[in-house]
Amino acid sequence: MSAHEVAIPKVKTLVLVWAALICFTALTTWVASFEFGEWNIVIALLIAVTKASLVVWIFMGVRHVTTLTRLFVVAGLVWLFIMILLTASDYKTRNWTYQAQPWANNPAHGLSR
Amino acid sequence: MAETLVPAGQEELEAQETHLRHHFATPEQQTDAATLGMWTFLITEVLFFGGMFTAYAIYRTMYPGAFASTSEFMDVRLGGANTAVLICSSLTMALAVRAAQLSRRKDLIRFLILTMIFGTVFLVIKGIEYHAKWVEYKVPGFRFTYEPSYYFHHAQILFSLYFYMTGMHAIHMVVGLGLLTYLVIQAWRGIFHARYFAPVEMIGLYWHFVDIVWIFLFPLLYLIGHKR
Amino acid sequence: MATIAPIHGTPELSERRVNYLNVEHGWKSWLFTTDHKRIAILYLISITLMFFVGGLMAVLFRINLLEPEGIFAPETYNRLFSAHGIIMVFFFLVPSIPATLANFLIPIMVGAKDLAFPRVNLLSWYIYVVGALLTLYAVIRGGVDTGWTFYAPYSSTYSNSYVLAAAFGVFTAGFSSILTGLNFIVTVHKMRAPGMTWSRLPLFVWSNYATGLIQVLGTPVLAITLLLLAFERIAHVGIFDPNIGGDPILFQHLFWFYSHPAVYIMILPGMGVISEIVSCFSHKRVFGYNFVAFSSMAIAVLSFVVWGHHMFITGESMYTSLAFSFLSFMVAVPSAIKVFNWTATMYKGSISFDTPMLYAFGFIGLFTIGGLTGLYLAALGTDVATHGTYFIVAHFHYVMVGGMVMAFVGGLHFWWPKMTGRMYPEAWAKFAALIIFLGFNLTFFPQFILGYLGMPRRYHAYPPEFQALNVLSSAGASILGVGYVIPMIYFLWSLKYGKRAGMNPYDARGLEWTIPSPPTTFNFDTTPVVTQEAYDYGELEEVVG
Ligand SMILES: [Cu+2]
Repeated sequence: MSAHEVAIPKVKTLVLVWAALICFTALTTWVASFEFGEWNIVIALLIAVTKASLVVWIFMGVRHVTTLTRLFVVAGLVWLFIMILLTASDYKTRNWTYQAQPWANNPAHGLSR
Repeated sequence: MAETLVPAGQEELEAQETHLRHHFATPEQQTDAATLGMWTFLITEVLFFGGMFTAYAIYRTMYPGAFASTSEFMDVRLGGANTAVLICSSLTMALAVRAAQLSRRKDLIRFLILTMIFGTVFLVIKGIEYHAKWVEYKVPGFRFTYEPSYYFHHAQILFSLYFYMTGMHAIHMVVGLGLLTYLVIQAWRGIFHARYFAPVEMIGLYWHFVDIVWIFLFPLLYLIGHKR
Repeated sequence: MATIAPIHGTPELSERRVNYLNVEHGWKSWLFTTDHKRIAILYLISITLMFFVGGLMAVLFRINLLEPEGIFAPETYNRLFSAHGIIMVFFFLVPSIPATLANFLIPIMVGAKDLAFPRVNLLSWYIYVVGALLTLYAVIRGGVDTGWTFYAPYSSTYSNSYVLAAAFGVFTAGFSSILTGLNFIVTVHKMRAPGMTWSRLPLFVWSNYATGLIQVLGTPVLAITLLLLAFERIAHVGIFDPNIGGDPILFQHLFWFYSHPAVYIMILPGMGVISEIVSCFSHKRVFGYNFVAFSSMAIAVLSFVVWGHHMFITGESMYTSLAFSFLSFMVAVPSAIKVFNWTATMYKGSISFDTPMLYAFGFIGLFTIGGLTGLYLAALGTDVATHGTYFIVAHFHYVMVGGMVMAFVGGLHFWWPKMTGRMYPEAWAKFAALIIFLGFNLTFFPQFILGYLGMPRRYHAYPPEFQALNVLSSAGASILGVGYVIPMIYFLWSLKYGKRAGMNPYDARGLEWTIPSPPTTFNFDTTPVVTQEAYDYGELEEVVG
């Protein structure tokens, strides 16, 4: 079994993370009041990911855990992305028109659509 | 193996102190297993919420107009306040785990109770929000009207997703409060100390996870796509 | 299976030795046990019951299909095939090998006293029972007519049957599956005995580990999908109903995100069983151990990126379909690696034709047919013609019944002496294996032809020219049914009258064969130290070769 040194976080670290999370909350609320078009969601998600990373890394102590546990955390996120990306790919491309065989529109071939 | 190294009496004492269950060889193995098990469970939670996030992403892109028009019913102040409350509860939870690691029983109980208070405040604010939805006829399927009427169905879907996601999150909060109550009782009985605090740590992980879900729900539901 | 009690009553066994079966008596010692072996027996009894309920449904609708116009009312027929599908998929195939054989064997195979979380293991059984009862309640009250896929908006809006009860049953059973998978993952990572490295793990453990990953990553999505469905049915909000703005294809995306990988939950453990059996009865090390082990992991990963092949004809984007089609072909590669490696294991082996080996032969042949016809369905063009016909029914029954059930029954024979300490009657067992193989092919091969000719699935009636093939199929089903009842009888018989099995009746390798049959509660008296590779049949080979 691996050596078990319990890593006890410093109070200062925890409080700093807390302060950062509060600041990021204020920041994301403030940024949302501007109009950046599609970028609003990107910024909001980036901030959310940062906040979540802070919680995972410090509060949940992932900075001290084994590679295996980290691998599991990453796997969960990768699978979430697989689900969202492949599903979204359907919706994104569903209405793409495609060029039918050129002769299909050519009256010379006696075929019409 | 530890059995050959340590005299029987001392080993028994140690097993008792660390609540070692019969099928584990060492307390370390037991803690390792619990940690991996908890993270695996959290992965299932990620995918459980993930299904709803997928549906949300699809409908949000499918009906941007209806989505933007629903924004005026989302109370950013209450949502933001709740975010702050949850972040505070995460801090006290982390401090509780720390207290357990340092065998500080009174601190542990104090921080656990603080966490529960923050959790309850969150649920109360959530209740206020839900009540507002009820008053405004924005409860899909049961009490729902919408203007402009051509957004009726699409807005209803988006409000449904709002209720699914926040409702599922709230259920997790309630479960979390139950678990914290259990921890407070156990802590009060003096079960936890520097050599045995895995339950505090595991329930802490769960609590932080629920916090993370909200960290994503807040911008997605309350902030983006809003006209001001 | 159903009566363990006679063993307690047999004095000579109690005198001989204390084991996990006779260490405690009374119903409480079973219902509150945390012993993985006892929980495996509880699961075995429950899933066998569900298997026969699901089988009864199949018998009934096969009777209906004897006549072109059908014999029962169309509604009855719909309810019969739906109950068959739901029960067989969620209450038999998904838990079949993991919850019984793997539950029993994984701790022993890795050299542990129990699974990592014994109480969670028991909890999973209770959850399973609650789910099964809910579903049976739905069936008894009048049934469900949505098919096992619960496709929206039919299930959420139009169906007048007991969709909610059945959906909640499946939802509940999903958690039992998650807990089993979670337990296996942690056990394999954290409970291995000293010296039991990853490259020494039996392939059965590898395949169940991969299965555990799928259960953990996929099942939660099924749970949330069914919840959304239930809520739509209760509140009529239109998440999936296109009439009110929803998208029914989203339901299918979420459903198949779980349910395609679930196909591998249903087949991977079977592949693990076959690896064990083939190696044991060829008296050879499994050919290409690393490839077989990693193909399980490859299957687990790839299984999550192919789900769209169930939706080629639903209005899914053509471009997405192309990608899914390509990825579906990819997943055939690791499956083929396994088949080639089993065959290569047998090559120049000293093969003995014991009953488990007969089932392994059956598995390899039938799974190959089932897998290859899957490639027809992964191709965009042929899928349009064959989707929704009996071709697809035949295809997945070749995989699920010809593959998984064969492996399950074969594995049950292989480890029956270990689980009960008794041998089954070999002659009867061989006879039953033959009957099952013949009955299976007679049932499902005609369905390939029917599907190819264009007979759609899920209809209670069909044009008269299809009658001959349908009668053949129904005849086969009755033979298959007899084939399943015979082992049931002689297994029960063997509990009392079977020859006593020694520690290692097949001269097999693996930790489970180094402990008494049946094992004691904590499996090992002292923690084993592993120094050898799995399937170390080396010495024997020299003698034979
Ligand atoms: Cu599939």
